[in-house]
Amino acid sequence: DTTRESPSSEWWRGDMALRRLLQGIVLPRTTGRHVGASFSTEAGETIRATLFPGDGIGPEIAESVKQVFNVAGVPIEWEEHYVGTEVDPRTESFLTWESLESVRRNKVGLKGPMATPIGKGHRSLNLTLRKELGLYANVRPCNSLPGYKTRYDDVNLVTIRENTEGEYSGLEHQVVRGVVESLKIITRQASLRVAEYAFHYAKANGRERVSAIHKANIMRKTDGLFLKCCREVAEKYPEITYEEVIIDNCCMTLVKNPGTFDVLVMPNLYGDIISDLCAGLIGGLGLTPSCNIGEGGICLAEAVHGSAPDISGKNLANPTALMLSAVMMLRHLQFNDQADRIHNAILQTIAEGKYRTADLGGKSSTSDYTKAVCDHI
Amino acid sequence: LSGSPALRLPDRNSASPRRSPSPSQPPMARRSAPLLRRLVSSAPPLPGHGGGARRTVTYMPRPGDGTPRPVTLIPGDGIGPLVTGAVEQVMEAMHAPVYFESYDVHGDMPAVPPAVIESIRRNKVCLKGGLATPVGGGVSSLNMQLRKELDLFASLVNCANVPGLPTRHQNVDIVVIRENTEGEYSGLEHEVVPGVVESLKVITKFCSERIAKYAFEYAYLNYRKKVTAVHKANIMKLADGLFLESCREIAAKYPSIEYNEIIVDNCCMQLVSRPEQFDVMVTPNLYGNLVANTAAGLVGGTGVMPGGNVGQDHAIFEQGASAGNVGNDNLVEQQKANPVALLLSSAMMLRHLQFPSFADRLETAVKRVIADGKYRTKDLGGTSTTQEVTDAVIANLD
Repeated sequence: DTTRESPSSEWWRGDMALRRLLQGIVLPRTTGRHVGASFSTEAGETIRATLFPGDGIGPEIAESVKQVFNVAGVPIEWEEHYVGTEVDPRTESFLTWESLESVRRNKVGLKGPMATPIGKGHRSLNLTLRKELGLYANVRPCNSLPGYKTRYDDVNLVTIRENTEGEYSGLEHQVVRGVVESLKIITRQASLRVAEYAFHYAKANGRERVSAIHKANIMRKTDGLFLKCCREVAEKYPEITYEEVIIDNCCMTLVKNPGTFDVLVMPNLYGDIISDLCAGLIGGLGLTPSCNIGEGGICLAEAVHGSAPDISGKNLANPTALMLSAVMMLRHLQFNDQADRIHNAILQTIAEGKYRTADLGGKSSTSDYTKAVCDHI
Repeated sequence: LSGSPALRLPDRNSASPRRSPSPSQPPMARRSAPLLRRLVSSAPPLPGHGGGARRTVTYMPRPGDGTPRPVTLIPGDGIGPLVTGAVEQVMEAMHAPVYFESYDVHGDMPAVPPAVIESIRRNKVCLKGGLATPVGGGVSSLNMQLRKELDLFASLVNCANVPGLPTRHQNVDIVVIRENTEGEYSGLEHEVVPGVVESLKVITKFCSERIAKYAFEYAYLNYRKKVTAVHKANIMKLADGLFLESCREIAAKYPSIEYNEIIVDNCCMQLVSRPEQFDVMVTPNLYGNLVANTAAGLVGGTGVMPGGNVGQDHAIFEQGASAGNVGNDNLVEQQKANPVALLLSSAMMLRHLQFPSFADRLETAVKRVIADGKYRTKDLGGTSTTQEVTDAVIANLD
């Protein structure tokens, strides 16, 4: 795969080659596939994408997305997979090996809300996806929706969060009774990877500024390493402004003046908190799209809200989050035209205010709302 | 009679006088009540009068309590000297029974000078401006050092809407109590192999218990109804799990105070959408930093929120939010730093020293200045300098 732009570290190229060998993937296209992937299709060719409708309201909102995609004429063929009812020993979870292989093969997927079953002997669904697909960056664009008034009107930022290490390594132990240690791990490799993606995303989406969020005045070595990696990558993108913001200042500025931020790149814990904070600024998880980027250019868009079992099956759910995530997926596939049309249709529907689901203060059903979006396309 | 504004006494509990009487009162009472009140009261209250500086509860000091108390003062870096200067001026104007022993400490010193620690141990109380902590390496944070040496295990930030200051959120009244000595800020880091760094987050039962005890005690003593523990125990099961366990144990001893738990990312989301639901929040070190700064930002920012650090024997009062408490060069040059936060912290300090009437007078004056809106610094939307605000506060002292 010689046309790929190679990142700075040696390990990457070797790692990729090894994976290809082991997975035996045959590339259907000759164009290169690099970080952030550029899929280019010849006219008329459909792309296969994996769809996990999920639990609860998942199937309904997945239907909405399929409907909208049909109306917009998006050449995508869905491969639907469901969470199994028993643990697959190959993956140690309720997600089967076939589902994961499907995502690895298609490189692109859409996931609805999944309820993690309680119990032992298996990994959580999100953890399984993350580890098996190597999902290393979580991207959440947070934009104030015109027409849906929150206390903040000028939010237009993207949070990019490192998803594999940091404080969430899960390595804890009890030293003596009453004293617990938890390890926070930062590696050069993971930090470089997410920084590369952040700058690539900024460039590809016309963003002007990337801010690295940290607490390196207290956690010097760990966040210091993260910052060092960000600085290295920043040098390769001189047209993008790079700045570093301490997390206290970041939180304060986000609640006072969120319009000043553009792209935020952060380690795991801060990213978790800040991305949820930003979701709160625009109206909650029911309106926030999200996308996970994995090794080899995998893009798994997902709705980050819960499965809402209390309203499932009643045609009351709000499909906006899943729809916006699907739009992100389209942009990743470079179907920019269709992505824009669908995005504008959604924004128009919400702005008009005639068809809104209950969580936005309206009275429409899922199907009415979906129909309104389709009409606007 | 009914038309003249002098008859309609302003509601004592609101910042601005109400134009018309309460609609829930019956018509007869509406006509006679103002008349009756006018006959009974001795003089109309001062314009813009907030809660009243006159205490209705008699406070009986011990003989000799009026001797001036020494307080260590650390002006600090950046805007620190500006705002501590403001406090000194106001204290003088009030003739408050405190005098300051000032020490020069800067963020780039390798350690806090032993003389300063000595002084704080002797005086037990300290007022401090911000100390810059250099990013990257070399020097350890002096703020952390002070907290560890003096074992100031609780950090308190009071985030409440200031009447007269327009913000996006109303009805906010949150106190964030944050564990100050351990957690993610233990400073124990090392490079395992080149390119891989580990940082230890340490949680102990001892520290978690005492911060939980402090939080519930604070709620009890200040008549607060709810304590919320902020955590991430779904991921960090052992560490935050231990913290939660301690909180639950202490909560069982205060059955009249409601207790609940919230995950930190959900907490931040709720803070920006519905902050009214929170009352007292108890958190470990890192989350407390984020939550305190977020909550402070909701109601006006670093320039307005008071706070302090307290331990068994000592207390250090400083600006509540740590974001921007050193300010930037612009602010220093133009002398436009906001002294309100440190003034309110010094009022907390006066109460801590058991001088409640001075504290009340100071707080009332500050609140009047903000409510008036004429003298506000840049972060509150105005153009005044620090000195103008300070003078306004002094002018507004009863």
